[in-house]
Amino acid sequence: MSSVSVKNLVKTYGDVKAVNDISFEVQKGELFGLIGPDGAGKTSVFRILTTLLLADSGTATVEGLDVVNDYREIRNIVGYMPGRFSLYQDLTVEENLRFFATVFGTAIEENYELIRDIYEQIKPFSKRRAGKLSGGMKQKLALCCALIHKPVVLFLDEPTTGVDVVSRKEFWEMLGKLKKQGITIVVSTPYMDEATLCDRIALIQNGRIMSIDTPDHIVQSFPKPLFAAKADNIYSLLQDLRSDTGVESCYPFGEYLHLTLKEDDADALSVMRIAGRNHPEGLEVKIVPPTIEDCFIQLMEKA
Amino acid sequence: MNTSIENRKLSIVCKNLTKQFGDFRAVDGISFEVEEGEIFGFLGANGAGKTTAMRILCGLSYPTSGEATVAGFDVYRQQEKIKRNIGYMSQKFSLYDNLTILENIEFYGGVYGVSRPEIRSRSNELITTLGLEKEAKKLVGELPLGWKQKLAFSVAIFHRPKIVFLDEPTGGVDPVTRRQFWDMIYEASANGITVFVTTHYMDEAEYCNRISVMVDGRVEALDTPARLKQRFHTDTMDEVFYQLARGAKRQSD
Repeated sequence: MSSVSVKNLVKTYGDVKAVNDISFEVQKGELFGLIGPDGAGKTSVFRILTTLLLADSGTATVEGLDVVNDYREIRNIVGYMPGRFSLYQDLTVEENLRFFATVFGTAIEENYELIRDIYEQIKPFSKRRAGKLSGGMKQKLALCCALIHKPVVLFLDEPTTGVDVVSRKEFWEMLGKLKKQGITIVVSTPYMDEATLCDRIALIQNGRIMSIDTPDHIVQSFPKPLFAAKADNIYSLLQDLRSDTGVESCYPFGEYLHLTLKEDDADALSVMRIAGRNHPEGLEVKIVPPTIEDCFIQLMEKA
Repeated sequence: MNTSIENRKLSIVCKNLTKQFGDFRAVDGISFEVEEGEIFGFLGANGAGKTTAMRILCGLSYPTSGEATVAGFDVYRQQEKIKRNIGYMSQKFSLYDNLTILENIEFYGGVYGVSRPEIRSRSNELITTLGLEKEAKKLVGELPLGWKQKLAFSVAIFHRPKIVFLDEPTGGVDPVTRRQFWDMIYEASANGITVFVTTHYMDEAEYCNRISVMVDGRVEALDTPARLKQRFHTDTMDEVFYQLARGAKRQSD
């Protein structure tokens, strides 16, 4: 049995189809990522699965329980960390944690093992009001509060948005440890580089899933050779390449431009020939493995 | 421009800029210069002091000590002149959702003292460039986030400021729109507008001419992305940032 099962879910707000016929399954113990920009429909899916929002149509179950009929049971076995900080700002760190433990009929001490690694990091501030914590610490406290009743499934809605690279890395290390303890984790993120840290991902845009698979498989299914090119004047290289009829798509990617050609079996030489037309200085061309972000762009352009 | 420096025209100059809150030095003696038309990435971990520094440079807060000029104007004595000569946009605040696209443009143009006929001709031009002819009379709140951010940027440079400050302008935006946004930044820079930008996307740091990385209130590194990667013996900006910021002592935002 899957831990989370979603079938043909639809949710509309006025004319906007926020969730447009979405289906996916998450296996027990899996770390599953919903990857997509703001407005893709991620939060609506989370709110439906955590029984906080009713879908227009379609069905969903969490641990075999129906999100409509069995909402009470679901609420007891899931942990939910919403995208917006939702703890009590004027309670201290410890009070927040105790509050959430009590609401779920347990005590901090009972499940302390589960949160130990994370909580120890914020323990020096246990008497501080939650509203006075930094972004990184708030995020750790919210995770502790979502875990304190030892949930079977953990839903994390954009836990790393607006957080710097160092804290993001630490957060994903924590998720790795929780996964080892057998907790099923469904996480969403707009950062494509975090996709590779999930077991499987769904790339989601405008309420639809464009692709769903392991990060490796998604990358392997990129349809064409992908090239990286750069020159001293990268902006004029970009304009040159975009105006060339042999180029299918070309966009900036970090220090390089990434591009594909219209012909299917192009090699670096054909790219060199096109890019070298105006003799840019410092020209460099190489073939590169696509990233999840390249795949996302390719799928968006195809749509 | 202010004075002296030959040839190079400087858009922002900071010398030992410091901002102290009680016994806490949010910004601790930072010094750097940004050239006209440069795309300058202003990076740092959460709590490093970026926002405080940016508020001073936008004329919204006084420094405790040190010197700084923005577009040639002094941050202590000429805050109002600074405000007239810069544009500002952030992920959190950009446009009024309950005004139409045209009304937003009119409003911002008016606030910055652009004349009525100018507003009319420039806004028509802008709407055509953005391909928003059909949406011009729609409320901004109805636009998808990506469109909103692109429009917000255009509005931020509508009065042709010398410098535009962008505070995480692309947060949460899809990867295609994010790149279209950077096309607009390149274009603005090619037109001589200085771009001062913060971001958490490290690939975007690479699009900047130079970047600075703030750690605990200080500028710990400042150079072109290529030279920074060389210096830290790595080929990703992620790693450069990680090496610099993991030493941070501060935790506050």
